[in-house]
Amino acid sequence: MAEEREVSVLVGGRAGDGINNAGALVARLMSRLGYRIYLYFDYPSLIRGGHNFAVIRAATREVGTCREKVDFVLALNQETVTRHQGMVHDGTAFVFNADLVKSEGQGIPVKAILAAEQAPEIMGNSVMIGGFAKAAGIEWAQVEDVFRAALPKGTDLNLKVARRAYDQLAVVRKIPERGSPPLSLVTGNEAIGLGLIRGGLDAYVSYPMTPSSSLLHFLAGEKEKFGITVVHPENEIAVVLMGLGFAYAGKKAAVGTSGGGFCLMTEGLSLAGMAELPLVFVVSQRTGPSTGLPTYTGQSELQFVLHAGQGEFPRLIVAPGDAGEALAWSAIALDIAWQFQVPAFILPDKTLSEGTYSVDTAALPSREDGPAGPGRAASPSLPYRRYADMPDGVSPPAFPGTPGAVVKVNSYAHDEYGYTTEEGDMVSLMTEKRLRKQEALARAMNTFPQVNVLGKADAPVALLCWGSTKGVSAEVGDALGLRVVQPVVLEPFPTTQLRVALSGTTKLICVEENATGQLAAIASEYGIAVDEEIFRYDGRPFTYESLLAKVQEVIL
Amino acid sequence: MTGRNLITDVQNTWCPGCGNFTIQHTLKALLDGWEKEGRSLDNVVLVSGIGCHAKIADYLNINSFYSLHGRTIPVATGIKLANPDLTVICCCGDGDCYAEGLDHLVFAAKRNIDITVIVHDNRVYGLTTGQYTPTSPLGFKGKSTPSGTAELPLNPVELMLACGATFIARGYTKKMDQLKTLIREGVAHKGFSFIDVLQICATFFPAADYYTPRVYEPADHDPADFQKACLLAREWDYNSDARIALGVLYRKSMPGFGERVAVPNRTASEREQAVRDIIAARI
Ligand SMILES: Cc1ncc(C[n+]2csc(CCOP(=O)(O)OP(=O)(O)O)c2C)c(N)n1
Ligand code: SF4
Ligand SMILES: [Mg+2]
Repeated sequence: MAEEREVSVLVGGRAGDGINNAGALVARLMSRLGYRIYLYFDYPSLIRGGHNFAVIRAATREVGTCREKVDFVLALNQETVTRHQGMVHDGTAFVFNADLVKSEGQGIPVKAILAAEQAPEIMGNSVMIGGFAKAAGIEWAQVEDVFRAALPKGTDLNLKVARRAYDQLAVVRKIPERGSPPLSLVTGNEAIGLGLIRGGLDAYVSYPMTPSSSLLHFLAGEKEKFGITVVHPENEIAVVLMGLGFAYAGKKAAVGTSGGGFCLMTEGLSLAGMAELPLVFVVSQRTGPSTGLPTYTGQSELQFVLHAGQGEFPRLIVAPGDAGEALAWSAIALDIAWQFQVPAFILPDKTLSEGTYSVDTAALPSREDGPAGPGRAASPSLPYRRYADMPDGVSPPAFPGTPGAVVKVNSYAHDEYGYTTEEGDMVSLMTEKRLRKQEALARAMNTFPQVNVLGKADAPVALLCWGSTKGVSAEVGDALGLRVVQPVVLEPFPTTQLRVALSGTTKLICVEENATGQLAAIASEYGIAVDEEIFRYDGRPFTYESLLAKVQEVIL
Repeated sequence: MTGRNLITDVQNTWCPGCGNFTIQHTLKALLDGWEKEGRSLDNVVLVSGIGCHAKIADYLNINSFYSLHGRTIPVATGIKLANPDLTVICCCGDGDCYAEGLDHLVFAAKRNIDITVIVHDNRVYGLTTGQYTPTSPLGFKGKSTPSGTAELPLNPVELMLACGATFIARGYTKKMDQLKTLIREGVAHKGFSFIDVLQICATFFPAADYYTPRVYEPADHDPADFQKACLLAREWDYNSDARIALGVLYRKSMPGFGERVAVPNRTASEREQAVRDIIAARI
């Protein structure tokens, strides 16, 4: 392990032990030392009784994946020690709750410390964090700072119990300070929410489904600050149709779900296509098919969202690779949906949605002029034609309440006014109008950098990846001197930009967390042949080592 | 817009004698009246499902959202939450609202969202040429049940009482004046308004001879009396032979969903500041 450039910490305990929060505190401590962070949280689909763990990786480079070995183990239960034996190396430092765990390393008498301060049991994690901080040689002032920022309730008592552990333990493995200013830590779902807000979101409608739920929880928690309506209706069918109701009335809405919930939304999606109503769909992927593995990852919904809904109509699909990209592209997705009056997809997965990343806000594009408006036609020409046939297929929108305008949208084939028609010429005309919109949409998307080139930009061997495998692919690319190409926009497929990004490659290796190669299939449809495919479909994200080994196998 | 022609040029394809004409003309008369009162029709939105009933979206010259089969109510809910100044009226079918989209009806009542739901209850799937619906009587011989249905009908009025609807009425397309009053009061009601309209389907369920002698308006019914409303609802169960009460059966005042979920307005710069504050707090 290159300890001087990076450090990994495993925090494990029972479900219900607050492992995610403990992991977040560890992440924050290391972030304050000037590292870039990635936190992966692994938990089974149950509330109590199972084993949970978080792996926090801190590095001097940007990271979006875990290593297979960790430098610290923070054990709140015995399982953390027994189950993860494969993750330790000779120098791994153990800090454990001595009341519950037998292990080498430094035990902390959590119960006794809590009793000495008459602190409640839930402060046990603070004791453990205090111990970890000492073992890692982190200055007490940092601990105090982080606790004050992260634990606004009962801060002093939390600090007291943490200090006792801090004083009892010895430094075993000092994590050096990096000196660079710390960045903010944001989860993928929070980044999507913040991006949507920056895009001018008015309403978020969602029915809980992992791994999208934390976006619902985040926006519901902050709705007053943002001034947005958040609704959790009876089911996903209601979700998508409420979203379309908002859009018809001129309010920017997004809906969120995972694959199963999206199945229920497909008729509404097709309505969005036909009625030309803008709506953003956040579909956070988990392992399928069906209920699958609710709390584990996968990239098997790309073909589904691409083809979902009866009939043919334009749509936008973006798959951000990390929280920073999620922040930027969620705003763009909302903008574009409204500009072209089309459904737009944001397609994260469990790894991104629930993972925590360092986000550099200095890189945040400014939206000082405020979000782009919905393109309201100030005074539409009357009689108003909701589907006026324009050269680029995009009709000037107006919303109910506009003086003099009768605004009619329709799920049936319709004429320019929105009246139902079965007349063949009109049906063709409107079909062609939607196709022109598709072309205009593709042209507009081409003005964005839609394809990232990472790794060694001119290397002849390239990894092709999408979504959350960006980080791990980039690292492997750097290590092996490979080019890494990541299309962020997947529909309209950025063929031109992708060809440029791939020019001069002699071998293309597609990396996907599914079993059939969904991006590879799309690429080949557009004449971009993939030579090798690397899949993972056990619900776990590629670790650095696991991808490295697979790539080495195919480039030999 | 004032003085608009409220009926569009779209060719009307309802069968002669269809009760949908009555509902259309009732709505037209109400809209005319509102316009005369100085109320702008620009703020009225009609949401329809899919079925014979739903063609009303093409026939009335007002804002409309011609939605999916069963999906008027969630659309209407979104519209109302998006812009509380709009008057939102749903024209649903009985198949539409009691079969395909029943979940939404139950929840709209439970939430007390301020929309008006008019169910064109012809007790048959008209547009798909005559299958039974949730309100067809036991033994109804439709195309999908040639030997008669094997299930009892649902009593939507009783259902709405159980779901907490705050305005529940029943009308009949052969009683247009009363229907007009019911819809006017339903729209004026702050909260969720439900009107089950016994609508004649001239082709697949011509039940006028059954309804006309049985319908009545209960004298001195107090719509605030929940127990009496339950008795009236149960008097006729959409199956057995009984008198059929028309009128406002139940009414109650309660805060609406929209008021309860309202959030403060934030300017773009306030929102941007909130975003930056949240990110900054995560260091
Ligand atoms: C999802 C879906 N399923 C089925 C249909 C076909 N369909 C159209 S109208 C209708 C029934 C209409 O019955 P009702 O709602 O009672 O309306 P009516 O025609 O009687 O006014 C059906 C089943 C459809 N359009 N969409
Ligand atoms: S089938 Fe029935 S409901 Fe449909 S138009 Fe004819 S009479 Fe009216
Ligand atoms: Mg019907």
